[in-house]
Amino acid sequence: MKALSKRNLMILGGLLLFYAAVQVLIITGILNPFYEITLATICINIILAVSLNLVTGFTGQFSLGHAGFMSIGAYVGAIINMQMNSMTGFLAGIFAGALAAAVVGILIGIPTLRLKGDYLAIATLGMAEIIRVVFLNLEITNGAAGLNGIPRFTNWTWLFLFTAAAVILINNFIRSSQGRACISIREDEIAAESMGINTTKYKVMAFAVGAFFAGIAGALYSSYFYFLKPGLFGFLKSIDILVIVVLGGMGSVTGSVIAAVLLALITTFLQAFTEIRMILYAALLVIIMIFRPKGIMGTKEITDMFRFRFGNKEERLQ
Amino acid sequence: MPLLKVEKLTKSFGGLTAVSNVNMSIEKGELVGLIGPNGAGKTTVFNLLTGVYVPSSGNILFEKGTVEEEKKIIELGGLKPYNVTKQGLARTFQNIRLFKDLTVLDNVRIAMHQNVHYGMFTSFFRFNKFYQEEKQMLSEAEKLLDIFHLKDKKDELAKNLPYGEQRHLEIARALATRPSLLLLDEPAAGMNPKETAALTELIKWIRKEFDLTILLIEHDMSLVMKICERIYVLDYGMLIASGKPEEIRSNKRVIEAYLGEENSNA
Repeated sequence: MKALSKRNLMILGGLLLFYAAVQVLIITGILNPFYEITLATICINIILAVSLNLVTGFTGQFSLGHAGFMSIGAYVGAIINMQMNSMTGFLAGIFAGALAAAVVGILIGIPTLRLKGDYLAIATLGMAEIIRVVFLNLEITNGAAGLNGIPRFTNWTWLFLFTAAAVILINNFIRSSQGRACISIREDEIAAESMGINTTKYKVMAFAVGAFFAGIAGALYSSYFYFLKPGLFGFLKSIDILVIVVLGGMGSVTGSVIAAVLLALITTFLQAFTEIRMILYAALLVIIMIFRPKGIMGTKEITDMFRFRFGNKEERLQ
Repeated sequence: MPLLKVEKLTKSFGGLTAVSNVNMSIEKGELVGLIGPNGAGKTTVFNLLTGVYVPSSGNILFEKGTVEEEKKIIELGGLKPYNVTKQGLARTFQNIRLFKDLTVLDNVRIAMHQNVHYGMFTSFFRFNKFYQEEKQMLSEAEKLLDIFHLKDKKDELAKNLPYGEQRHLEIARALATRPSLLLLDEPAAGMNPKETAALTELIKWIRKEFDLTILLIEHDMSLVMKICERIYVLDYGMLIASGKPEEIRSNKRVIEAYLGEENSNA
């Protein structure tokens, strides 16, 4: 199977159709600015959830620090974009932000990924807090007051492009030999190591890739909402992302996408019930977890459901 | 130089010496057994050989490479497990440690990962190299599974296989790392006599087919006495005997270790 197979062309066609349809809705004004914000939130949350799923769902490393990586992308992206108020500045900001997040991910990952389970969760939580406090005290980030007037370049086109790219690239990674190496760590670290998998290397790799995409999400966020303050990236933001991953299914890319869309829609529609909004939201989460304890998708993907129609994975590879 | 030479290997945990001053040597192509009563330190020796534990003292020398000119002697003590596997040592576990929630095929493909040449960016962007290597890997994995009669079950989850087949899959997975020395930790544990007999044949056969050297830990004496060419006996972390199966069978110290000392007053 080559890159331009029938299946991949179908996916590409479907994506373009979806993009065009939403673009038409925006231009004609059917999708008003209020729902556009929901759309942006969905895209950013998809990138965040899928990248966290790589770390937590697929590699099995429980991280509570994803908002920290997001904030690095957001601040680096915003600062570069404010210096260079142009499309080039916007794109340069995104990539610089993502790279900065990945580098921090590697630096933090090497010492912390020796820890397991709850201990790792607490270490990553601490790391995210350190990042937040650093941004709170830096001159260039304007401290607690935050950054204002970040140029707005993020629109539906860029959101769509980056979201689609993130999902496809992470999915490709998971379904490669490196991806299987990551999954084997989740399954049984001792056995993985005995089978020749350098577990430290692949944990750090997953962590860095996850941080890279969280950085992209952060940069897109800053350029869409043109306002940043350290408080946006606290503990609760990390939990929000984790909720999407767990709800969608740890180890399912499709699940993360579905959960990100679902939760954003629920939040939007619950705006009507201002007082009891959070109660309803929490109750819904509880109900979903009772009926689908492994998340909406478990570890299944949407492609598994069409397996019989398109032939199984291995046949497709040939 | 033998394929594996263990010199004065010692491992102590705090005040307890689990393995002390063990000397072993295994020639290429041999099938050697390591036996001893429960708690004698057999699995500790395996864990030392495979890098799970770092030896307190002593050497583990391993001859890497198949071609005469490329042969290299490597000290395994202190290497990480994945690195030991890279040198050509593969193992199975006493209590099966398959990747339970993954398919049979993925279990084998994960073990093949160390021989994959494409990098992270090829994975992300699916360059042609990705498809070529994945295709080759798939056919290799299927060939290996076919030997163990598991090809038809390649898409099943490992946990859904019957016990005997899980044991087979573990051996197949170890072979997928392309080892020259295979360590089997109680391969017949939990098997009935019929399954054990089949396993005995299988071990003999894979040794020939894959040009392997095998070291195995086993409690089932019918298997050990039948296939092992030489046997090492451990007791309380010390080597108490070594030799051909016949010699071991009649060795007084070995009988004592297993059954206790003969009481002259009784």
